[in-house]
Amino acid sequence: MKEKLQNFIENAGWPRIIIGLFLVSLFIAAPFVGVRIDASLSDTLVRVGMNGVLVLAMVPMVQSGCGLNFGLPLGIIAGLVGAVTSIQIGITGGVGFLIAMIIAVPIAAVLGWLYGQLLNRVKGDEMMIATYVGFSSVALMCMAWLLLPYTSPTMIWGYGGSGLRTTISVEGFWLNALSKYLHIQIGEFFYFPIGMYMFFALMVFLIWAFFHTKTGTAITAVGSNPDFARASGIDVDKMRTISVVISTVLGAIGILVYEQSFGFIQLYMGPFYMAFPAVAAILLGGASVNKASMANVLIGTFLFQGILTMTPSVINSVMQTDMSEVIRIIVSNGMILYALTRKVTVKR
Amino acid sequence: MSAEVPLLKMENIGKEFFGNRVLTDVSFSLMPGEILGLVGENGAGKSTLMNILFGMSVINETGGHEGKVYIDGNEVKFQNPHDALDAGIGMVHQEFSLIPGFTATENILLNRESTNYNPLVEVFGDRLKTLDRPEMQSRATKAINKLGVAISPDTLISEMPVGHKQFTEIAREIDRRKTRLLVLDEPTAVLAESEAQVLIDALKKLSKQGIAMIFISHRLQEIIDLCDKLIVLRDGRVIQEVKTTETNVRQIASWMVGRQMAVDSAGQTEAVERKFGDVILKTENLWVDMPGETVRDVSIEVRRGEIFGLGGLAGQGKVGISNGIMGLYVAGGNVFLRGKKIKLNDPDAALKEGMAFVSEDRHGVGLLLEEGIDWNIAFTALQVQNKFVKNYMGGFVRWRDDNAISACTENYIKALEIRCTGPKQRAIELSGGNQQKVCLAKAFAVAPEILFVSEPTRGIDVGAKKLVLDTLRRVNEKTGATIIMTSSELEELRSICDRIAIINEGRVSGILPAKSPAEEFGLLMLGHVGTDLQDNNLSGSGR
Amino acid sequence: MASKKKGSMSFKDIIANNAVPIIFIALSAVAIPISGFSATYLIQEMLTRLARNSFLVLSLLIPILAGMGLNFGMVLGAMAGQIGMIFVTDWAIVGVSGMMLAALIGTPIAILLGYICGAVLNRAKGREMVTSYILGFFINGVYQLVVLYTMGSIIPISNPQLVLSRGYGIRNAINLTGLRHVLDNLIPLRISTIDVPIATFILIGIFCLFVVWFRKTKLGQDMRALGQDMKVAEEAGIPVERTRVIAIVISTVLACYGQIIFLQNIGTMNTYNSHDQAGMFAIAALLIGGASVSRATITNVFVGVILFHMMFVVSPMAGKELIGQAQLGEYFRVFVSYGIIAIALVLHAWKRMREKAEARRSLRGEK
Repeated sequence: MKEKLQNFIENAGWPRIIIGLFLVSLFIAAPFVGVRIDASLSDTLVRVGMNGVLVLAMVPMVQSGCGLNFGLPLGIIAGLVGAVTSIQIGITGGVGFLIAMIIAVPIAAVLGWLYGQLLNRVKGDEMMIATYVGFSSVALMCMAWLLLPYTSPTMIWGYGGSGLRTTISVEGFWLNALSKYLHIQIGEFFYFPIGMYMFFALMVFLIWAFFHTKTGTAITAVGSNPDFARASGIDVDKMRTISVVISTVLGAIGILVYEQSFGFIQLYMGPFYMAFPAVAAILLGGASVNKASMANVLIGTFLFQGILTMTPSVINSVMQTDMSEVIRIIVSNGMILYALTRKVTVKR
Repeated sequence: MSAEVPLLKMENIGKEFFGNRVLTDVSFSLMPGEILGLVGENGAGKSTLMNILFGMSVINETGGHEGKVYIDGNEVKFQNPHDALDAGIGMVHQEFSLIPGFTATENILLNRESTNYNPLVEVFGDRLKTLDRPEMQSRATKAINKLGVAISPDTLISEMPVGHKQFTEIAREIDRRKTRLLVLDEPTAVLAESEAQVLIDALKKLSKQGIAMIFISHRLQEIIDLCDKLIVLRDGRVIQEVKTTETNVRQIASWMVGRQMAVDSAGQTEAVERKFGDVILKTENLWVDMPGETVRDVSIEVRRGEIFGLGGLAGQGKVGISNGIMGLYVAGGNVFLRGKKIKLNDPDAALKEGMAFVSEDRHGVGLLLEEGIDWNIAFTALQVQNKFVKNYMGGFVRWRDDNAISACTENYIKALEIRCTGPKQRAIELSGGNQQKVCLAKAFAVAPEILFVSEPTRGIDVGAKKLVLDTLRRVNEKTGATIIMTSSELEELRSICDRIAIINEGRVSGILPAKSPAEEFGLLMLGHVGTDLQDNNLSGSGR
Repeated sequence: MASKKKGSMSFKDIIANNAVPIIFIALSAVAIPISGFSATYLIQEMLTRLARNSFLVLSLLIPILAGMGLNFGMVLGAMAGQIGMIFVTDWAIVGVSGMMLAALIGTPIAILLGYICGAVLNRAKGREMVTSYILGFFINGVYQLVVLYTMGSIIPISNPQLVLSRGYGIRNAINLTGLRHVLDNLIPLRISTIDVPIATFILIGIFCLFVVWFRKTKLGQDMRALGQDMKVAEEAGIPVERTRVIAIVISTVLACYGQIIFLQNIGTMNTYNSHDQAGMFAIAALLIGGASVSRATITNVFVGVILFHMMFVVSPMAGKELIGQAQLGEYFRVFVSYGIIAIALVLHAWKRMREKAEARRSLRGEK
């Protein structure tokens, strides 16, 4: 029994356990400080569904050895273009959401392919370059948002200005498109979006299935030992590119899921730092720099969003102050640091 | 050279690594200015002996050594290379330890630079002393002059020819004031003949200045040329110590490889005449760019069903041949499979042609250490031959059949007696011998026509060794697969192969039937090709 | 450090090695006339920005020397400097002595943070840049924790103007009236309408001399060695890990002073933002000046600061004149800042891969 516990601790790592216990203690403390458990749980679950696909987007590139995808903004940008174009077209409801996806996915695939070509030429330095490619593209799009010829009045600056606004509401278009007809409401505070979760589950299933195919198996081997994969006749670069494309496409889909729940499209510098919470979440769920599983995604997103939800409400009630931002920064970056400084046991 | 007390004396040196005996009762002594040649096959114990002399941590961490080492008649126990350096022993390794962007001067004096004091030292410590470059220059020049070679101290290492880099390394050891004994490990391996000659002359000059040397090489002519005496190591023992003036190359070769021809045929029940088919694999001027095992020009022909051995000393290129044909390293030249020219530099093509490879680099190339045994065994067959794949949606989805993989893995676990907790155990947790069995199983799983095996029994225990070799024999008998086996252990090759090619300096030195006397192979390894030894006769000499 | 090829450097080589600054000079040549700024204005701006930013950029040189790449962790030093400034403002110590006191307070903090950074980087060999980048964010969180929550409560702050209305935590914008332009105006010089901050330049000059001298010391030589080949340096007996930590500590302390110089020039401190971009802008400037991840000289620093800030000043106006939106120009300069770092990183990684292949190829073909 003791050995099992020791193994568990060794595999999970102390930071994860500490954060897990911290979250549990927040939930326990909640009712004592006047925070409703059902509201908190509901909030947490909604946020997990919202962010889940973005975290899932980390998995393919981690598995193929391309590291943590700090360049997620590329996929997000594709998603934004899809979202904005869909609103320009003006169709509402589930169809509008579908149109957004249909536009976003091919753009994401192309961007992902280019991004993959770049990463293949810089093996070993992927993460840093991913970060700055992500940043540069967000900045580039900032200029584009100003210049692209969108005309829908809900999106452009008022009083005859040109260029898109910073934040665009999706209300009246496809807000909650996924869960409008599929959700549970228990009492006043508990809301569970079944539709969004079904979609999330579908994505998780697709990725899980993918890694059980011949190609998915090859990608895993490439991340585990590229020389072994090469000796077995696998085109390492091609596998890496495939993983980058899938990752970018998931990023596009992920931001759309996020927006339909959140209610707003955030342009300009909005996507700038969006990779970091996803990275932190998957690391929190137990992934390493070159191995990630579906369980990592689910556990990590839950822990991370749990902390984000509970900390403001509980700690603010206790200390009459808002420490949530600071705690979020410390937890997410601390988690990433921990992962980066672990000894790599597998050959790179 | 008439001092009474030897500069160095090693007495009854022995070493055991976890039950594996590597050195037994090695003794020799060295006077100041004397040059000792050290000759031996791979695994004879040369590196271990030098590691003991140099106080390398790998010795202390594995239980120390037996016997005593004396410097100037006083017993010493080196705990680390620093102690050895302090005692005046310098080592010039085969791989250069040089900083490419620094000049010769800077490298010669690396971490031992001349410095000048300045007041900041009081606050921030010694390392803030400024470099005294003129002084450094003169020290470097002095060391270079001791060697008698013409190198400008300001040349950058990255712009030097290989020979000069070698000299810079040696100059670095000479600059150490205390150096009195220099160990040189295959210093001429990377040098052209002219450069080698310059080196030999420089070393002779050094010895006249009283520096003793241990010269490790397999170029016997150089040893006879340079050294005063030599010792031959075999299987961890000193077989012979002799003055170089009193011996010749052939004699040294036979000492090096000659063993009691053990009653090896006693165990064999069958003396079956082995029949072989036509030529299945032919290489023509094959070259391979594998760092450390460069292949320059190899032309061989292997017959179907044969077990063909590739032997030779380390670093001479034998390992590069299979790596090159299987596409793991850049290669060129022509390779013909069943008469048809095949594509090089493409592992997928090689595998699809029915060739498989068990690499000598078990951890680096041979295994997915973090994955289970099942993945390791099934992977190549899965990817190249679509085995263990269930097709859905008209072939669009190729699903991995985990059940079939498990079943196949269980079979191999039984057949090869792989000691493990189950098919899902991670490869990294297995012992070396069991890991090798997994690598073999991976190759068997693709049912190859030609199987390349590289160093198959390196680093595994005796029991596993026997099983691996027996399995190879069995596979060859049952399936008729042609096996091309690369090994540093001549005896291993002689016990299982039909013919053995010896590779020296990236070229074929000679091909002999396996039953040829060991001494002949020894000579081939040392690069001596007598006219009576060339044997490409394909008229099937028996096992 | 890569050696220059012997013999003539062809024109093509010169362009290739200095591609980035050349592009920037070209861009500036186009944008300056469009923006409509006068020469006098631009010269004054450049002088001011040189004085303000050079020290920060110079602090990046030593980690590059030691092969640790771009020290994104210099932001730690900036935070140390800011803490010093907070206390000095609280205690109302003005003038040069105020600045020196801020430096004095900041130094031990910077040493501590630098030590932590160095230790963390030693555990992430091969991934230094990403790690120092994330560490910057992490320590930023800790900094906020300290400055926003403990100052004014656990750490006494006497000046109520510094503190938020709720009673603890430092305000977001602090007026550094007592320290404004202290260094700049120490030795006033005015050439027609242009103010030249002589004292600051003298300080920067001293620092440059220090960098030049440092390379001649044993410590500098050790860093050069391990910057090129850690293994060889270790075999020679150089204490690799400790030397790397020293390089980062020096860089962090210098960044601390650099940030103090920066702040005294600007005159106000955004407690929670001023340091944010310090690292990013400094790195972008250095790269624009022609430096790479593995090689940087003093020339790169000054050329880079001028070119980067030239673009910074000129883009908004140029954007407005060209397309009618100043905002576009602003985004353009953000894009360039990040894009240049991305390009420098890609070039560096690409070169590294090529060098490895080249080294292997040289073994072949030696008959």
